[in-house]
Amino acid sequence: MSFTPLIILLLAICTAGYWFGSKKALTIVPERGQARIGRPHQFGVFVVIWGTIPPVFLLILWSIFSLMSGDGENAIFDQIDQVIFPVLLILSTVLGCYAAITKIKSGLRTRKTLEFVVYSLLILASTVSVFTTIGIVFSLLFETLHFFEKVPVFDFLLGLHWSPQTALREDQVGSSGAFGAIPLFAGTMLITLIAMVVAVPLGLFSAIYMTEYASKTFRAIVKPILEILAGIPTVVYGFFAALTVGVFFRDVGSTIGLDVVSESALAAGVVMGMMIIPFISSLSDDVITAVPQSLRDGSYALGATKSETVMKVILPAALPGIVGAVLLAVSRAIGETMIVVMAAGFSANLTANPLEAVTTVTVQIVGLLVGDQEFDSAKTLAAFALALVLFLITLGLNVIALIVVRKYREKYD
Amino acid sequence: MTDISDLKSRDEWVSEGRKARLGKRHRAERRFKILGLGAILIALSMLATLLVSIGSKGYSAFVQTRFELTVTLDEAVIHPNGDSSVPAVRGASYGTLIRKALRAEFPDVKARRELRSLFGIVSKGASRQLRTMVMENPAVIGETISVWLVASDDMDMFNKGYIPRNVVEADRRIKDNEIKWFDQLAAKGATQKVFNWGFFSSGDSREPEIAGIWGAIVGSFYTILITFAIAFPIGVMSAIYLEEFAPKNRLTDIIEVNINNLAAVPSIVFGLLGVGLFLNVAHFPRSASVVGGLTLALMTLPIIIISARTAIRAVPDSIRNAALGLGASRQQTAFHHVLPLSMPGILTGTIIGLSQALGETAPLLMIGMVAFIVDIPGNVTDPATVLPVQIFLWADSPERAFVEKTSGAILVLLAFLVFMNALAVLLRRKFERRW
Amino acid sequence: MQMIAEITNQEMLENNVVISAEEVSVFYSDKQALNSVSLDIPENQITSLIGPSGCGKSTFLRCLNRMNDTVEGCRVEGLITLEGQDIYAPSVDEVLLRAKVGMVFQKPNPFPKSIYENVAYGPRIHGLARNKDELDDIVLTSLEKAGLLNEVRDRLNSTGTSLSGGQQQRLCIARALAVQPDIILMDEPCSALDPIATAKVEELIEELRINYTIIIVTHSMQQAARISQKTAFFHLGEIVEVGDTEQLFTSPSDSRTQGYITGRFG
Repeated sequence: MSFTPLIILLLAICTAGYWFGSKKALTIVPERGQARIGRPHQFGVFVVIWGTIPPVFLLILWSIFSLMSGDGENAIFDQIDQVIFPVLLILSTVLGCYAAITKIKSGLRTRKTLEFVVYSLLILASTVSVFTTIGIVFSLLFETLHFFEKVPVFDFLLGLHWSPQTALREDQVGSSGAFGAIPLFAGTMLITLIAMVVAVPLGLFSAIYMTEYASKTFRAIVKPILEILAGIPTVVYGFFAALTVGVFFRDVGSTIGLDVVSESALAAGVVMGMMIIPFISSLSDDVITAVPQSLRDGSYALGATKSETVMKVILPAALPGIVGAVLLAVSRAIGETMIVVMAAGFSANLTANPLEAVTTVTVQIVGLLVGDQEFDSAKTLAAFALALVLFLITLGLNVIALIVVRKYREKYD
Repeated sequence: MTDISDLKSRDEWVSEGRKARLGKRHRAERRFKILGLGAILIALSMLATLLVSIGSKGYSAFVQTRFELTVTLDEAVIHPNGDSSVPAVRGASYGTLIRKALRAEFPDVKARRELRSLFGIVSKGASRQLRTMVMENPAVIGETISVWLVASDDMDMFNKGYIPRNVVEADRRIKDNEIKWFDQLAAKGATQKVFNWGFFSSGDSREPEIAGIWGAIVGSFYTILITFAIAFPIGVMSAIYLEEFAPKNRLTDIIEVNINNLAAVPSIVFGLLGVGLFLNVAHFPRSASVVGGLTLALMTLPIIIISARTAIRAVPDSIRNAALGLGASRQQTAFHHVLPLSMPGILTGTIIGLSQALGETAPLLMIGMVAFIVDIPGNVTDPATVLPVQIFLWADSPERAFVEKTSGAILVLLAFLVFMNALAVLLRRKFERRW
Repeated sequence: MQMIAEITNQEMLENNVVISAEEVSVFYSDKQALNSVSLDIPENQITSLIGPSGCGKSTFLRCLNRMNDTVEGCRVEGLITLEGQDIYAPSVDEVLLRAKVGMVFQKPNPFPKSIYENVAYGPRIHGLARNKDELDDIVLTSLEKAGLLNEVRDRLNSTGTSLSGGQQQRLCIARALAVQPDIILMDEPCSALDPIATAKVEELIEELRINYTIIIVTHSMQQAARISQKTAFFHLGEIVEVGDTEQLFTSPSDSRTQGYITGRFG
């Protein structure tokens, strides 16, 4: 029996249960002294709940069992899977519904049962995000440990040479590949730095102008336009960086006699900075607005100009919040993938020259995992190790940023 | 605003020291203001450059060049060995017919190499175009008709002006004789530029002139559908729990901190989670939109939870007190009053989260949605690709004509995003409530 | 009390008018907050503005050093002159105006900087000191004048927010004094303070009268009666009655003033 008809059948049984339940509820005569018995549909839902819990429970048990026993190729297993199990499901649903309907009588408090089920579902839903994190940590950690069985931790974290291409034949030179991740970290830092050099001043000054100088109409028009920058998909930025900005920098370089490669770190960094501008400006905007008006008044009343007030009173007061915003932006730049994949390239150069091509952690993860991959090769596993490093760094930055910002909020609340 | 010369009238107000500094201070003020305005202008001009650069490259993807040829639908070719069954008609060599038509059009071309490039001015997709025509209307078999056939990508590029005429032949993608043929066709009015329906209605192809985005759009639709179906209920339920029911304890703290941190995890890490969880453990089919949707759902979940919590928090306590005062249970209060009142805010946040998911590429590369897929996916388990990944794939292709297609696909993607965000703004405007 | 009142009566006749407001109206967007208010402020005296909340007294105060300029959508009509000069004339620089007309706010608002830096901020931006010694001098003198020096002498480098409420408010007064203003506007300076701190600040205000013209908005009629020589009663955006404090509180000519000071509304 295939899956879809089974589901439909089970749903049909539950619908019937709902109908019988509501129907029976109408026939109840309230006991003496009892004003209300509850709403009929509550009884219907009550029946449905009792009809759903047994099959769902069975389904979970069976899925765990099949996963544990691996690929069941034998006939008995198939027999159970195809015939006995569906029958069991249907039977349990019918029995559940029937039992619930017989329980319907005067004095039954359905609301409590119902609310308990709903409450459990709510708790279950809110733990999904926790399990997501656990899932991330485990799936990365597991493969990373495998990787460190093949490549020593220190070779990975401190090695200066990265060339994961494993040779085709065992006896070829360098068949194990080189997995020194320093060039990747350096490349990531270089591009992030360029992005910050572009985004922090532009974003911060935009925010200052928006909050302190701009009229309401100007803000209402320009702010959403600036936010568009944050809504453009990264793949579009990547295309723009590779095709327009990279070529532009190369051409400018050649006219002034500089050798700029078209996949330069500069192009990727500048475009990434462009993407991050609204991120910094809207976060700083919030932070600057949170500085109490009384401080501004105090400064203006002493005869300070706006710029003096901003530079000497508002920015120092807002500094922790702005630092938090910049940290969040750095975390975002480090984790950004598409722009660098499309504009920065795969060659792992260890250089600080922004006019040359560098590669980043995210680019290498994509390079190692996209396309044909063998499981358990050091090459594939290296991607997970890189991702774990990426996860830990962005998590660390984020935690610090959130603490800094919260401290700042507490100060003015 | 103030001129130094105006200071005279207030001489008695100020000491000499202040007056001397005043000009300097006001110049600093002006500089500062210009700096702020300049930052905004630079950011805006960056945005404008991006949009203009892509728009100017992409708009021409929506038209395509066609050539009019007189094709004789020779029955001997269409019904090989006299077989007039449907499979035979479908399998017939329509390329032969087109080649014959081209030879008839340009009788002087004799050399083999020249002939090969002559046959190349029409798209490889043209034979399929002819086949569809014949299959739909078998009555035309045996007749000589004139048809508009799709031109090759190089001819299309030339017609749109991307390949300049006045360049040395060796540096040019198309050669002098090809230009000569094009001019001959143009002179007799046998070239035209028409709206490129195929771009919106067909799947991917190796040939840029017949490649379309419909497959990717359908893939994106399925993926976002799954994302919505998973992330929206779970997100709203989490938000209700955390705002309305959660006791102040350790577990709640952990959940809250965790959601905030999850929102900042790089998207590519979610891709690896998708590989580990859905492909390696649960053995879902690779490249399927259901896997993409699930992965993006986990990514979008924190965004939905955070915005839903904000919306729920904005409902004033007076509403809750009113409901509780009438004897409603806490759950009834939450589901009958708080949730409906906060729904516009929740939907706005959800749409914004989904539009982010719609533009997401990196995690989908991880779970293998990068395969070259010609067929339109029929359900959520079929191998599929999505619009951003299609853009990535085309951006990687060497053919000049794919630049135009990529930009065109980006314009379509941006149009979807603009639509979704406009919807969110509209929703907010319409239902915004100030308590 | 009687004696002081006599002296102030004499003084009032002798004193010049520093600030004069004629038919001043203020609008926030479309809402009118002040309706055709006229008031003369005498030099080296304390003028108090009283009235129920929302009556426009703070709005009027904020017109006098053009603090309303920082509020978007605010429009001021009428004429306000300071020593004969229209302060809303296009040639007038509000920065210089505010240096001459200092202001102290309802809630103490020290900058999140050290005590020293709080006071030094004004002199720095206006370039009042040529070197560190002069700046030190200004800071210490200002703290001295504000009666705060003895309490903070050893901790000039701790933050201004670490002081008690009353000390913070005197720090804000010291900060205003450091710019060497002639006039000080005070917007309910004691409303956030306890009675002991209030007494200290009031004492300080009375001392400052010798060198400064002070305009104080207050909620407390007792305070107005205690410290001011001239009082204006605001109601619903208009001045109902203005006059010598003693006279206004003992024999008001308007029934609304009578009602307010006897506590029938407000």
